[in-house]
Amino acid sequence: MQLIRSHILVCAGTGCHASKSDEVIESLNKWLIEEKMDKEAKVIKTGCFGLCALGPIVVVYPEGAFYSHVKPSDAEVIVKEHIVKGRLVTRLLHDDHKPTGEVAASLSDTDFYRSQLRIALRNCGIINPESIDEYIAFEGYSALAKALTEQKPEEIIDIILKSGLRGRGGAGFPTGRKWQFAAGAPGDVKYVVCNADEGDPGAFMDRSVLEGDPHSLLEAMTIAGYAVGANQGYIYIRAEYPIAVERLQIAIQQSKEYGFLGDNIFGTGFKFDLEIRLGAGAFVCGEETALLTSIEGNRGEPRPRPPFPAVKGLFGKPTLLSNVESYANVPWILQNGWEAFDKIGTATSKGTKIFALGGKITNTGLVEVPMGTTLRTVVEEIGGGCPGGKAFKAAQTGGPSGGCIPASLIDTPIDYESLTAIGSMMGSGGLIVMDEDNCMVDIARYFLDFTVDESCGKCTPCRIGTKRMCQILDKITEGNGTMEDIELLEDLCKHIAKNSLCALGQTAPNPVLSTLRYFRDEYEAHVREKKCPAGICKHLLTYTINDKCIGCTACARVCPAEAISGKVKEKHVIDPAKCIKCNACMDKCKFSAIEKG
Amino acid sequence: MKSIEELKKIREQTLKTINLRKEDGEDAVRIVVGMATCGIAAGARPVLAACLDEVSKRNLANVSVTQTGCIGVCRLEPIIEVYVPGQEKVTYVSMDEDKARRVIHEHIVNNKVVTELTIGAEGA
Repeated sequence: MQLIRSHILVCAGTGCHASKSDEVIESLNKWLIEEKMDKEAKVIKTGCFGLCALGPIVVVYPEGAFYSHVKPSDAEVIVKEHIVKGRLVTRLLHDDHKPTGEVAASLSDTDFYRSQLRIALRNCGIINPESIDEYIAFEGYSALAKALTEQKPEEIIDIILKSGLRGRGGAGFPTGRKWQFAAGAPGDVKYVVCNADEGDPGAFMDRSVLEGDPHSLLEAMTIAGYAVGANQGYIYIRAEYPIAVERLQIAIQQSKEYGFLGDNIFGTGFKFDLEIRLGAGAFVCGEETALLTSIEGNRGEPRPRPPFPAVKGLFGKPTLLSNVESYANVPWILQNGWEAFDKIGTATSKGTKIFALGGKITNTGLVEVPMGTTLRTVVEEIGGGCPGGKAFKAAQTGGPSGGCIPASLIDTPIDYESLTAIGSMMGSGGLIVMDEDNCMVDIARYFLDFTVDESCGKCTPCRIGTKRMCQILDKITEGNGTMEDIELLEDLCKHIAKNSLCALGQTAPNPVLSTLRYFRDEYEAHVREKKCPAGICKHLLTYTINDKCIGCTACARVCPAEAISGKVKEKHVIDPAKCIKCNACMDKCKFSAIEKG
Repeated sequence: MKSIEELKKIREQTLKTINLRKEDGEDAVRIVVGMATCGIAAGARPVLAACLDEVSKRNLANVSVTQTGCIGVCRLEPIIEVYVPGQEKVTYVSMDEDKARRVIHEHIVNNKVVTELTIGAEGA
């Protein structure tokens, strides 16, 4: 066997795939054959590296050279220069904006990776997710082997308990306690279920784990099955994640072939099987009771708790239900010991958390940081701040169930308790960054709009309440709001939070409550002055032309509503009755002659 | 059915093929082959192939083989340089397949520099 001296890793996560990484792979393979390098170098597709904004991403080992924005046509130069001649293709190296002007040649050199600690994402971007052998090479399935052959179920639960791992799906319930309840519940038939129904707008942590390291989930679920006494598991995943579903299917197939799933695993007589259940993408199906109802084949609607799933879950049997990221931590904890996990993070929040960075941020992508890392580190250092030098205004964590964190609290450590204390929540890990150009009333309205769409309609507070809230927010953004409306809004928030059946309704008011708490002045500006300070709410905007206008007619020509008139070389005017506030004139004007306010 | 032994075997086998993706450890040895036009013309390609073959045959897990451009002494090509952490870089010149194998055997495995093949002995 000839040794392969170079590995070309190409990200095949959804982000990079969308920017044609599959064509990059094809092209690289073509050029390797052309240059007769196909015996010395090989192309491997991997999971998400996290820097989705820079995709498609290619990393060449052993140098660890980190190429960004690689186009299919760049394959030729990578093969001819880097692989044949061993010269880095500087043009494609990721520019880390270093003050020295140096470009980062290696992945771990970048600001983006320096503060990160990857546990759940440990194999993402390193192994080929479609190769079980590579997972095994990186210690995969050794935790399962040890658990089944050397440890008692109680010992495993004890380790998980002591590690301090808490649910990564949002609520942060101690995972070990869940395992304890499920193990202690009476009954012969039990189930292990994974919640891979990631529904928050802007969140893609679980998808990336599934796409980049599916075997870690399978291993963890099998261990969980052994620990709680279940022989059957289900992975509930939305059909909108086709790549993740495909890799899961491949992983389950390989795992069965290797005997890590099926009868008599590792010759211990323990039996465990896994099946995938596809969801149609309803947000409410991420709620645990609705999810279980959906697996049973019924309409995805929640039911009151208790009884909790650990006692009476899927098909009425005791069920352990955790999300993807929680499971992905389990093999690591068993390999490295609970003490190692316990050392990371804060007093009550242990380990790491993955965040999907989105919105007004330079490095859109996926990051995993120790609990207790400040929002400042995540946004400014890792995320590279807001693009275009704009000022950071707020960050929304927890998606439509969470709240915003204003710039004044940017030094808040990210852990379960600190976020709850300031009116936000950890949530599943979506982190949407907003800059000075975002209107907070509009943001709240956007999230409410989402909740209204996604409310299943079973209980009245959520079905009618969120709709009413959204109407009030519409009224305010259109300039028709009154101060009483703000009070009514607050009142509704309290009722909906208190009386809704499930977490969807209970948390739906959070975006409104937190924006009211930190940006009440913006609400009042909309109501009292009929102004949108950020210049977003169209109904409250008027466009005018100032004296800088030289009469170039560019604005008049670009206006789709023919609202601008004026003679050449004379100042133009906008007819507010015709103006549709599309901003086209402002984008076009080279003389800063158009103002909005 | 897989036993723990089998699991270990798969791990060791696969590790060999993916070792170069692990972040370079403190003890990683690098063999760099000059592969510019001059190097290739002088026969660097079979030398590189021999290095790869020897490293894989001997199961040298912490050794990576890479290439580089022209170092400037084209008349002494093929050139390979060996970087052992904590030691000074050693440059070997006028390599061929057998000499390359000897370098790996004596220098990397037995940690004894092959003085007569270095640039000091042959070159100047």
